Amino acid sequence: MDQLIFASEVMLNGLMTGVMYALVALGFVLIFKASGVFNYAQGVLALFAALTLVGIQNGQVPFAHLINAAFGTSLHHFGWTVPSVLAIALTALVMVGLAFLIEKLVLQHLVGQEPIILFMATIGMAYFLEGLGDVMWGADIKTLDVGLPQGISESIETVTDSWFGYGYFIDRLDIWATVIAALLVAALVAFAQYTKQGRAMRAVADDHQAALSVGISLRFIWVMVWSIAGFVALVAGIMWGTKSGVQFSLSLIALKALPVLMLGGFTSIPGAIVGGLIIGVGEKLFEFSIGPMVGGATENWFAYVLALLFLVFRPQGLFGERIIERV
Amino acid sequence: MKLKFPAIVAAATMLAAPAMADLVVPNMSYRTGPYAANGIPYADGFSDYFTLLNERDGGIGGQIVQVPECETAYNTEKGIECYEALKSQNPLVLNPLSTGITYQLIPKIGVDGISLYTPGYGRTSAKDGTVFEWVFNAPANYWDGASVAVKHILDQEGGDLSGKKIALVYHNSAYGKEPIRTLQELSEKHGFDLMELPVDAPGQEQKSQWLQIRREKPDYVIMYAWGVMNQVAIQEAVNVRFPMDHFIGIWWSGSENDVKPAGAGADGYKSLTFHGVGQDYPLYADMKQYVHDAGKASGAGDQMGNVLYSRGAYAALVIAEAIAKAQELAGTAEINAAQMRDGFEGLDITAERMVELGLPDFGAPIKLSCENHGGDGLGRIQQWDATAGQWNLITDFIEPDAEILDALVKEDSQAYAAEAGLTPRCN
Repeated sequence: MDQLIFASEVMLNGLMTGVMYALVALGFVLIFKASGVFNYAQGVLALFAALTLVGIQNGQVPFAHLINAAFGTSLHHFGWTVPSVLAIALTALVMVGLAFLIEKLVLQHLVGQEPIILFMATIGMAYFLEGLGDVMWGADIKTLDVGLPQGISESIETVTDSWFGYGYFIDRLDIWATVIAALLVAALVAFAQYTKQGRAMRAVADDHQAALSVGISLRFIWVMVWSIAGFVALVAGIMWGTKSGVQFSLSLIALKALPVLMLGGFTSIPGAIVGGLIIGVGEKLFEFSIGPMVGGATENWFAYVLALLFLVFRPQGLFGERIIERV
Repeated sequence: MKLKFPAIVAAATMLAAPAMADLVVPNMSYRTGPYAANGIPYADGFSDYFTLLNERDGGIGGQIVQVPECETAYNTEKGIECYEALKSQNPLVLNPLSTGITYQLIPKIGVDGISLYTPGYGRTSAKDGTVFEWVFNAPANYWDGASVAVKHILDQEGGDLSGKKIALVYHNSAYGKEPIRTLQELSEKHGFDLMELPVDAPGQEQKSQWLQIRREKPDYVIMYAWGVMNQVAIQEAVNVRFPMDHFIGIWWSGSENDVKPAGAGADGYKSLTFHGVGQDYPLYADMKQYVHDAGKASGAGDQMGNVLYSRGAYAALVIAEAIAKAQELAGTAEINAAQMRDGFEGLDITAERMVELGLPDFGAPIKLSCENHGGDGLGRIQQWDATAGQWNLITDFIEPDAEILDALVKEDSQAYAAEAGLTPRCN
């Protein structure tokens, strides 16, 4: 009985962790869906967004080290702090600006190129943004606090303790992540279904040429999609950065999104969520049940095994578009 | 034009390479990549100490110390590239600050005759100088750390650990696995249960491990982590309400970087250290005057006094003392790499010498020999005060359990000697 209770606690935590993975995967899906580009830089976008958010919040002078070295000044901070909501809004604007620059300086010049060329371009962008983030905000680990609560939910612990004689652990940050992810997905779906821009985005996703022929601006759609992906990256950066502090490793969370994408499909927003949940629960339950027999630390590789298993039976992923090629 | 180009190249080479008579001690740093936040303060402390000696004392024995820097990004392949590039500059010693790079370099440095100094990291059994002629890992190694942690726990528990449970949360890598054998031996000796919990790199997701800790309620947790794994583990420990004063990290899990993201929750967290904390030492006044205020500090100049800066400076101090010893033994200030190795083996940093150096009680005395390349392995416990935002030393230096460790070091070094076909020296 105890094992069953523990397993259900692990499963619940797996679901919550899956939501955190899905938040990262969503950014990949948005860009892939609209442009067929696998954006290698999505993890770095999350890092860059979180660095910018903390920098704005703390009133940090961007490029301070560079400015001080060039002009012999000693600038570090503006001497003010910015409220979290305003800082998030300003960071979102920075991400829109970044999307515009990416389109203007990179994507515009690669229209019509093979997807692999665009993929290579995103690799280049990833390394550039890593360096830019470092130079702009410094490489130290920054504490991120936008007021999200962390730690055990005592009410859930008390209730489950009265029911099962064992208080479940659920992290309040994970609960918030779940609520925010649900709102984000609802907003994205509503945007895609009910707005003119959203419908244009879907048209581009379906067929670039046809969309162009009816007057949809590919450039505008790309800026818009990269902006939305930048905002999703900001949300993912806030959630993961609250946990670990904002640091370079945030960019590596992309690795946790890959099996989610393989499983859920590269083109489905609900697929990213369901894929995240399956990966989260699967890896946690495997670690709980089999991990101790094989020395533990199974989660990283088991997530990929699970994704590969799904791939064998459904190459397009659970919710991906079926690939039909007529000759 | 044909004449000018080689002249420019020659001039550039002269600028890039240290003068022949200088002492060359490269700084194999990582200011980029996932571990940059830790690599930067260490590299700054390492460089700044030599800058201080150059500016204040005119170098060591009248010889300026050149500290060419090479970026490894904590990447083993890049570390090897750095080694190959630095080799041509006739370095006296290398300190790669990476266990992975150290393992790769050990066979190479034996052939090239260059010392490796790996304080608190690298291959533990390199302490045995009869096998590892060119490697030095004083003042302490990973196994010393595990033993000192258990001794501290013994002290907390009134000398009896029977029936207690200690969990080891470790980075699932060669580094993280280092203390397992030692802790297994110590668990047999003291009668505690050992729970092993590996975490895959980079360690951003540790929910499974901390749920297990919450379920099985170990009395203490010892952690061997690095980078983001530290911050996440400390946050998860706070989340599951694990008592922070029963959570002890190795010295690589005990910098300001590791505790600050968890805020007030990290208060009381402990870690090992093999050197002092803070800036309340006379040396730092000199460091400020001759290096920082003079605008000669490495990097942004904003790291002085933090744990990893102090560790980098301490590594430089030990190397500087070994250079001075080598000069004394060789009877010349212009020493070579072989003489540098002799300097390490003759190293004797006493408590009085630490006072002279402006760091009283900062580090335990270090006395090395042909046989002993690792010192006595003493460590202290520091505890984080979140309110004051500082580490406090809460114990004196603690000796590791030589009875267990000496045998383990011998066993491992002998196995290496047999594998590498080495004949033990120092007879």
